[in-house]
This record gives sequence, C-alpha cells and structure tokens, in this order.
Amino acid sequence: MNCRSEALEVSVEGRQVDEAMLALLHTILLHRSTGKFHYKKEGTYSIGTVGTQDIDCDFIDFSFVRVSSDELDRAIRKAVGEFKDAMGNGMDGMGQISLEFYQKKKSRWPFSDECIPWEVWSIKVNVVNLANEQERQICREKVGEKLGEKVINIVEVINRHEYLPKMPTQSEVDNVFDTSLKDVQPYLYKITFQITDTLGSSVSTTMRRLIKDTLAL
Amino acid sequence: MLASYVAKRGHSMMDSDLSPQDKKDLDKFIKFFALKTVQVIVQARLGEKVCTRSLSSPTGSDWFNLAIKDIPEVTHESKKALAGQLPGIERSMCVEISLKTSEGDSMELETWCLEMNEKCDRDIKVSYTVYNRMSLLLKSLLAITRVTPAYKLSRKQGHDYVILYRIYFGEVQLTGLGEGFQTVRVGVVGTPIGTITLSCAYRTNLAFMSTRQFERTAPIMGIIIDHFVERPFGNVGHMHPCIYRAPGEDEGAYNGVEDSQEVCTTSFSTSPPSQMGVPGKEGGVPQQVPVQPCHGAQAEHRRVSSCPPADHVPATPSSSGEDAETSSRSVGVKSGSPCGLLETTFTRKVGAFVNKPGTKVTTASLDLPFAAFAPRAYDLEENDPMVQPPESSATSSPLQGSLHSQGSGESGGPAQDDFVMVDFKPAFSKDDLLPMDLGTFYREFQNPPQLTSLTIDVSSQSMAEDLDALPEKLAVYEKNIDEFDAFVDTLQ
Repeated sequence: MNCRSEALEVSVEGRQVDEAMLALLHTILLHRSTGKFHYKKEGTYSIGTVGTQDIDCDFIDFSFVRVSSDELDRAIRKAVGEFKDAMGNGMDGMGQISLEFYQKKKSRWPFSDECIPWEVWSIKVNVVNLANEQERQICREKVGEKLGEKVINIVEVINRHEYLPKMPTQSEVDNVFDTSLKDVQPYLYKITFQITDTLGSSVSTTMRRLIKDTLAL
Repeated sequence: MLASYVAKRGHSMMDSDLSPQDKKDLDKFIKFFALKTVQVIVQARLGEKVCTRSLSSPTGSDWFNLAIKDIPEVTHESKKALAGQLPGIERSMCVEISLKTSEGDSMELETWCLEMNEKCDRDIKVSYTVYNRMSLLLKSLLAITRVTPAYKLSRKQGHDYVILYRIYFGEVQLTGLGEGFQTVRVGVVGTPIGTITLSCAYRTNLAFMSTRQFERTAPIMGIIIDHFVERPFGNVGHMHPCIYRAPGEDEGAYNGVEDSQEVCTTSFSTSPPSQMGVPGKEGGVPQQVPVQPCHGAQAEHRRVSSCPPADHVPATPSSSGEDAETSSRSVGVKSGSPCGLLETTFTRKVGAFVNKPGTKVTTASLDLPFAAFAPRAYDLEENDPMVQPPESSATSSPLQGSLHSQGSGESGGPAQDDFVMVDFKPAFSKDDLLPMDLGTFYREFQNPPQLTSLTIDVSSQSMAEDLDALPEKLAVYEKNIDEFDAFVDTLQ
C-alpha cells in the first residue's frame, strides 16, 4: 500500500504560527475523527456523536471548525507549541510540521509493532518578520485568505475518497484508531516537525554552532 | 410505493439492482442529508459561533454521527421546498444566501447546490459507505461554510444589514451572483442511483456593495440586533433571516440534539416584544428569548424524526418510521419550568430603579403577564415608607455608587410613568419600618443618589481646575528631568 502524501505551504508572521497550524491540523483531524465505537455482540458496533466548535483566530482574520474534544485540542496545541518553540520567537525561519496517519501492524516477539503510514500531511511554514502595524494588518487578511484556500485544498483531497483503513473488529480497533480519548476517536496519528533556519541549514548544524559559541565564551 | 418511486425517479434499470431495503435506506439518507445540509449552511450564517458537544455514546438521533442541531423553522422550510421529493438528476436543492440592508437593498452572496448526476456506483454499500461518506461531506461543508466571503459578513450582521436564506428546488439559478462569481466544490458521494455533489457558487464582486449599498450608511459596526427591537427590514417575502438567539448560553453551545430541540422550542424567535405579553409564556423575562414556547414545543413534537442508523457492519441501519413522533422528555420539562420563574422576574422588572410611580398606569395597558394581580392602590404609595425612604438613608455607599452611578441619573423623568409600583415585602424582614429594615435597604440600594463626580457641573469644574494646575505640574517635571532620564536609562 502506498502512503498518500499531501503538502501545504503557508507564510505567516511569528505570532500567527500557532493559530495557522491549529486551523489546518484541526481541519484535517475533523475529517479523520469519528465518534467512539461501541462494539456489541455479533460483530456490530455503534458510533458516538462528533460535536464541532467554531474557533476564531486572534491574529488572523480567519475562523475554523474543530472537533469538540478538549483532549484532542490539548494534544494538538502541545505539538504546535513545541513546534513554535523550536522555530524560535520573532525570528525569520522555515519549518515543517507533519501530521501522519498510520496503522499498526502487530509483529511477533521480539519485534515491536510496525507503524505503517497511510496518509501524511506536510505543512511548510515560512515565518516572516514585519516592520509596522500596517503590514501586520495586511498580513492578517492575507493569511486568512491563504488559510481559506488551504482548507479548500484539504477538503478536495479528503473527498477524493481514496484509501482509508477498513473498519476494524474489536480486537483490531487499537491498530487503526486512537481509542485513548473519551469523547472522539481519531485515526491513529502522530505529529512531527523539523526546523530549518534562514540559511537553510538543518537543526543539527545550528545546534553545533550554538554549542561551539557557548564553549567559546 | 416502490413502483411509483421508480416512475418519479426515471431510473428503473438502476433501481432494480438495489434491494428494497437498500433503496429505502438510500432515500432516507438522501433526505436527511439534504435536511442537514441546509441546517449547516443556515446555522453558519446566523452570525454566531456554533458549538455542539461530542457524545461518546450514540443518542440514536444524531444523523451521520454528527451533532448538528435542527432549527425547526429551517427544517420546516426545507421540507416545504422539497415537497415530498428528493434531490435528484435535474432536480437540485439550492440554498441561496443574500444580504439585505436596512434601506431595503439586497444582494445575493452565494448559492449552495446539492445536485445529482447520472454517474452511478453500483458496487458501493449503501448502509455503510454511502452513509459514512455523507458524514464526511457534512464535515467538509462545516469547514467550507467558514471560508467563503459570506461568513465574515454574516458574523458582522446587525442594524445595517441582515443575512437571509431561501431554499428552492429545481434548476440552479446563479445569475444573481454577478460577474466573476467563483465556485468551490465541497465534495461528492457516489451512490447506486447517481453521484451527489455539493458545491457553492459565491459572489466575488463585493465592492459593488460597498459603494452602492453603504454610501449613505455608517460603516458596519458589527452591532448585533437587539432581540427585542422590531425588525427594521420589513417584509422580506420568501427570504428568511438568519438570526438565532440561544437562551443565556455564553457561546451558543448546544448539549445534544434533544437539548437543542428544547432550546429551539423556547428560544428561537424574531417576534417583536409587543407579542410577548401572553399569560403563561415567557414574555416577562427579558433575558430569555421569548414567544410561544408552548406552540414551539407542540410543533417540534410533530417534526421530531426517528433514529438514524446506529449499528454498522454487518448490521443494517434501523429502519423505523422516519415520521414517527418520538417523545422528547426534555421538551416537557423545559416548557413547564419557566412558569415558576415568571412571577419573580415580573416583580423585579417593575421594581428596579423606581422612585415614584408618577402617573397611574395600569399593567393591563403594558401587556404584562399577570396584569390582574398588579396593585391598583397607587394613592397609598405616597405614605408608604417602603416606597419613600427616610431622608437619612440617602447617604451613598461605595457599592451603591459603583453599581448604579450610571443608571440613577436616568431613573427619574418620564420613564417612571411606564412603571407600576408593586408593594415590596422582602422575605424574612419585619414590617416595623425601622431605618435598617431589609425592605428599606433594598429600596435604597436600587435608588442611590448620583455620584457627584458624574454630574456635568462638577466634571467641567474639575477640568478647569486641572487645566489651571497644568503649568505648575509641567514646571515640576522639567525641574526633575534628570531623574526621569536616569529612570529611562535603567529600562534600556
């Protein structure tokens, strides 16, 4: 099975990184979350109800819809917060945050379970610094429009109805869905990120330089 | 029934591949999908944030496993437009969103189209795949409705303009969207009888609006229409306003379909306040949204639909009658509860901020509930120390000042003529007329003297004094300029 890979790119100001990432990640997860499964006898199951919530951005002229689940929101915010910290505050830079949906494949002892991705969303972020309030105001509107376009892109991909894991039996449900949340059930996912600075060098080069400079003091 | 349906749809060859149960299920799915689509679109144009709760256990009434509230008026309009038919080939269901200004100018903003084409997917499983894909499509609709330009306009609707919706069935009409309109496709769902497509065509030429519609009006301030103000837009004919008020909930959160239906029955109204004074209704409660909760509850009983499919693979969805009336326990409870609150609220309404009753006004003329119970002995109030507190109690306390400094200036004057004094006998208080009696305290609390600092004379005096003192202050600051500079240096 080939993993489906989609790439999105946005340019934002430093303080817009959080909200832009939350908007896109939540839009994807809205489509990749179901209600909680309740298995019954004879192999049937019923599905809980997914609620939704409108979120207004403070630094971007944009509103988005997310799943009504505080647990899921906290998990996404934590990942986005780590990404933003890694990007640094108020500095130009580039980074990429990836949302990967995977299935677990049980392996026999002593091998650990294999994680097989079936869909990966990569969001490239360019962080820019703006000089004055007028530019920031224009940026608010422009980024809002761009995010709207990205939401349309996401919806377009989702509605191609390409590969989705088969609905699992009760014993297999943890291999397909994240059943740890109490109110909703997203497909198993993980969020990773990588940062590049303005020179385009990787994080390891930057860290090496930082350590050298520190030792030199 | 199946034969007549086939004649209507004109797809006898395709329909024969479907089992009768699948056919029935598919028709039901399409019908409720259409109804939910309209709900999502209209609710996204109400001007408020929508919030519904996730429920880990299925309620059996949430179609497509999504918490999408049903506003009864919208469901009624949708069913009226469908008139017993289903969206099909060359029979599209459209929701038109337009804007109407307070001066009567209107403009179409977008048209959402639910269409079907002839491309069939005969192998697709109705009870499972079609249902889940419809759920996915509704989620996409939720996302896309926040992205088109009309969303921002709808969030700012108020006194200058309102957003209206119209549902129609048949041929799609896009001419009202002006030149250069854009189209966004929300998604598709293949079914054995055709492919359902959902799309939106939206106007891009909004600049036309700003010069033509708003040259005589102030910039949009985003003021929300006060619920109790008569609608300034007059008769809008077949269009319906996208205005909704949830009762006393901070963010318009709905607690699930049953609660939301209950909320709908007691809170969805745009009627002016003159219609609210009906005994037994919530007309005397300014904070709650009014009008005909009983009627609404009864209407809602008629429209409540059956459970959507709750069981999946390999079981088939439940096929209980879709028009069966299911009892909604919360509706009965809610419609009974306001009666207990009504009397208290009525008392508070007429009692606040009143010094004297002024001219004699009967409650009957004010359209107040329980008008017959209002006291008529106004002559006695002049001698009643509960109404006319002793002079010694006129001293202000900080609490009184902070709470009522704005309002007390307005408590006199012609507004008193509209109020009727009701004898105020607070619970657990003695009737011995002492200065510190609870009733007296309460009366003072509601009628404090105005703060002197807020009177015009005093404020203008202090302004003049401040201006006189300014040169002196400037001289002092100039003398100490070195200190200030040193302080600024420490901050750098």
